[in-house]
Amino acid sequence: MSTIVAARPLPESRLSPGFRFAMLLPGGLVTFFLILFALGLVIFLAFRSNDGSLLGAGLTFANFVTVATDPLYWTVTLRSLVIAGLVTLATVVTAYPVAYYLAFHAGRRRNLLLFLVTLPFWTSYLLRVFAWKIVLAYNGVLNSAFIESGLWSEPTLALLNTPAAVVVTLAHAYAPFAILPIYVALDTIPKSLLEAASDLGARPFTSFRRVVLPNSMPGVLAAALVVFVPTVGDYVTPAMVGGPASTMIGTLIQSQFGKANDWPFGAALSVCVMLVIFCVVLVARGADRRFGSRT
Amino acid sequence: MSAARTNADAGSRWLGLYVLAYLVFLYLPVLLIPLFSFNNSIQAAFPLQGFTLEWYRTLYGNPALSGALANSLLIGVIAASGATLCGITVSYMDLYGRSPLAATISAVARLPILIPGVIVGISLLILINLIGLGPSRVSIVLGHILVALPTTVVVMRSRFAAIPKTVREAALDLGASDWTTFRRVMLPLSAPAVLSAFMLAFLTSFDEFIVVFFLAGTEPTLPLYIWSQLRFPRSLPTVMALGTMILSVSFVIAGFAEILRHRGLGAARRNPA
Repeated sequence: MSTIVAARPLPESRLSPGFRFAMLLPGGLVTFFLILFALGLVIFLAFRSNDGSLLGAGLTFANFVTVATDPLYWTVTLRSLVIAGLVTLATVVTAYPVAYYLAFHAGRRRNLLLFLVTLPFWTSYLLRVFAWKIVLAYNGVLNSAFIESGLWSEPTLALLNTPAAVVVTLAHAYAPFAILPIYVALDTIPKSLLEAASDLGARPFTSFRRVVLPNSMPGVLAAALVVFVPTVGDYVTPAMVGGPASTMIGTLIQSQFGKANDWPFGAALSVCVMLVIFCVVLVARGADRRFGSRT
Repeated sequence: MSAARTNADAGSRWLGLYVLAYLVFLYLPVLLIPLFSFNNSIQAAFPLQGFTLEWYRTLYGNPALSGALANSLLIGVIAASGATLCGITVSYMDLYGRSPLAATISAVARLPILIPGVIVGISLLILINLIGLGPSRVSIVLGHILVALPTTVVVMRSRFAAIPKTVREAALDLGASDWTTFRRVMLPLSAPAVLSAFMLAFLTSFDEFIVVFFLAGTEPTLPLYIWSQLRFPRSLPTVMALGTMILSVSFVIAGFAEILRHRGLGAARRNPA
């Protein structure tokens, strides 16, 4: 059977040039023009100086020198990385047991639960952030619920406008992003592997630590990336629940393209963010390879 | 053996409780919005005051709101169509085109997932100003195609990959042209995924704020309208009424997309051809 198939020219080779062209055209236009060319423009603009024109003037490293030397940008960059790192950690750690339950214990309820954990993702992001704002506000839901229940006599918790509020809100917003990749990784672990571990005398925790966890690391790394990337550039959540002490790099980029009207500098900040993400992706790739070789 | 089983059952029960608590964490903040949208008070706090439909009433006959809604719907349909078309063709060529170009396009199409929204927004802002388009509805459509593209490519790619290779080969061997094979065999077989990709792309566009913030001209989308209203404490109850309606519609569309996706997967499993 296979020899007969192999003896014929492969059907793939039949794709006519016209079909090929038509099928590659829409995706080609979008990827090369909207993605690669547009990103190239950002990088180009980052090396220009601001003269009020669209593409700036000259060729300069001044923007990057400012980013590297002005402590303000260091503080904000560091804060963005710390907040995004905490959000990623919190999201992945809290999502892991959910994904584990889905993969190994959910049984017939699996599809329903999968749907339930992804559903909030399809509702408005702005509304979810807004929901946390009304939960955490000084005269908001949480404080008023405590007063209503008689535990407190007046609002005592100052929750809004703190970096912690940003972390909780973002961990909530990106939860489905973390659960899905971890679940997919856990689901591909053959059940026979776990049986083998227990037959060989491994206690449940040992087989989790030595079999399940290493095998699910590709999913954990994917989850961490999908949470980290949008979080590090976010400017909506810091603006709504973070207060001035939680300004993140996305806020600075946004203001350079808005109020400050210094596009080349905003582009330079964006290039720095992309470099950071590129490094994170490289580290994740490296870690992925290490875990991949162990199994 | 029985002790181990009891242990595992207890572990499973604790884990089940954790999942329940997690679902409460996921849904409780979101469900507060409908709760307070019926509350007869400007302040979103306990105790609840009286029941009212006043906030819903203020939604009617609001030209700014209906304009934003019409914009969002129009942009959502066009952007979702564009993103789905790209998702179909990019993943089809990636799987069957066997060319480095097709593989590159597919890889780049999934790239926006690794770029924060703020950077997607500003890069398109620079581009549309360079080509003289400027912030407009067309710009928003382009932005939303980019944001939805990774999703549509992933959805279509997994669907095409699930169709046995022999189906396509049989069609080609029986003399069907590339077009016929694509149009009469591959596309109908992946129809549920196409609809699912379209709806996911539409929802993405309908809810998207971070990118659109840079690209909108004088015609705001619904999230931009909401953003503008969030500044005024007096309009917050109205925002919650609007939010409740958006939540309901999003839930229905997402549920429908999910049912379609499962029907597609189920059909693939039942008829492995």
